[in-house]
Amino acid sequence: MSAALGRITPRRLRVHRTPLIVRVTHWLNALAILIMIGSGWRIYNWYPALPLDWQFPVWISLGGDPRVTQGLTGEDGLANALAWHFGALWLLAISFVVYLAYGLLSGHFRRDLLPISPSGFVRDLMAAAQGRLAHRLGEQNIVQRTLYWGVMLAIVLMLVSGLAIWKPVQFSGLTWLFGGYETARVIHFLGMAAIVGFLVVHVALSLLVPKTLQSMVTGIATEPADEGISR
Amino acid sequence: MKLTGTLERRGLLRGGLSLGALTLLTGCDISDNDSVHRALAAMSRWNDRAQAALFGGTRLAPVFAEKDAVKDFRYNAFFAAKDSPQLAAGDYKLELSGLIADKKPWTVDMLYGLPEQSSQITRHVCVEGWSMIGKWSGPPLSVLLRTVGADLSAKYVGFQCADGYHGSIDMASALHPQTILAFKLSDEVLPVKYGYPFKVRIPTKLGFKNPKWVTTMYVTNRYPGGFWEDRGYNWFSGL
Repeated sequence: MSAALGRITPRRLRVHRTPLIVRVTHWLNALAILIMIGSGWRIYNWYPALPLDWQFPVWISLGGDPRVTQGLTGEDGLANALAWHFGALWLLAISFVVYLAYGLLSGHFRRDLLPISPSGFVRDLMAAAQGRLAHRLGEQNIVQRTLYWGVMLAIVLMLVSGLAIWKPVQFSGLTWLFGGYETARVIHFLGMAAIVGFLVVHVALSLLVPKTLQSMVTGIATEPADEGISR
Repeated sequence: MKLTGTLERRGLLRGGLSLGALTLLTGCDISDNDSVHRALAAMSRWNDRAQAALFGGTRLAPVFAEKDAVKDFRYNAFFAAKDSPQLAAGDYKLELSGLIADKKPWTVDMLYGLPEQSSQITRHVCVEGWSMIGKWSGPPLSVLLRTVGADLSAKYVGFQCADGYHGSIDMASALHPQTILAFKLSDEVLPVKYGYPFKVRIPTKLGFKNPKWVTTMYVTNRYPGGFWEDRGYNWFSGL
């Protein structure tokens, strides 16, 4: 039977589809997160949360060219960065919650991002390091799954610690849970660092396996059905 | 297979663009664009409404212990401390205008004689990110507003200051029990550089919403804006 089918279709293709809702929320999340990171760097520069004599270069931060902004509005870019930050906040909050709801209700999380385990993580990490890890479109290994859970946790941490910094009076209990206002700022910074770390790996991997990127944009990607080991 | 190749490249290109565009453009173009400014301003007004909805009229800002209060409080203004307005107790008058029944000006003696004066040790949070705990003393702003017959159903209370600064707050925040006319800092009469004769101390708002050297107070239903708010900072700026 399968032999006969094989003769009719010369190359059988595995089709991987990415639902529209996942693609839309993915790119909206990406946009919002980039805005929040860029503007967050500018905000950080004004009064660094870390006790380091170091700042983010202005040109990679979001908030306009300080001299141009000064001429346009009479402030040198902090107000602009804050406006980006608290504007994109709503985009991220809504888009991320929609994605979480979809992931939970559709079974996407259970199907694609579980199970995970420490031993499986180590096994897949070793296999990946030795180049022995099979890759099939739409299937995540345990290292990837763990990273996705990690970044989702980091985003939640950012939203909650951000709330503790933004509203230390209305949510004073939350700010207290984060160890107070100043500590909450440090945690908010560390969460950013974790997300940036994820982004570096995530973007590098998607460029190494362009079909994943294709599927995240167009919604569909194919690979030969027998392809299991190749990238 | 050719089609797949093209699709792949297109996907790459598009993905690359959306990720790269921001990083490339952030430094200059995007933020200084007029329509971007308008969009950000619209979001900021939405954030005003969200914060007003979140605000609890009787929810108190955390108070700290005496030992947490900083004695040498940070001086912060857009000019040097020595250039602070020198308001002499003898000449000073607080002018009142707008939706206020009794607009007779208030002298320092009259102000300092207001009842219900108390101390608070609260955190002053600056929009720049620094924060400092201080001890301020004085009567609630609501006492003055009630005494002069202000229209408490109006939307805004505005302040004009001797240094040209101006600002405004929502009525709910003006009536908050911890919103005080701070006559003292660290148990001493408010020094000139901190706003003598008083600073409106609002522990539920960012520092720039706490005006110093106030010379006129008014009540209005027309949005008054403010010095920094007119330059793009969020108006409500609640904590």
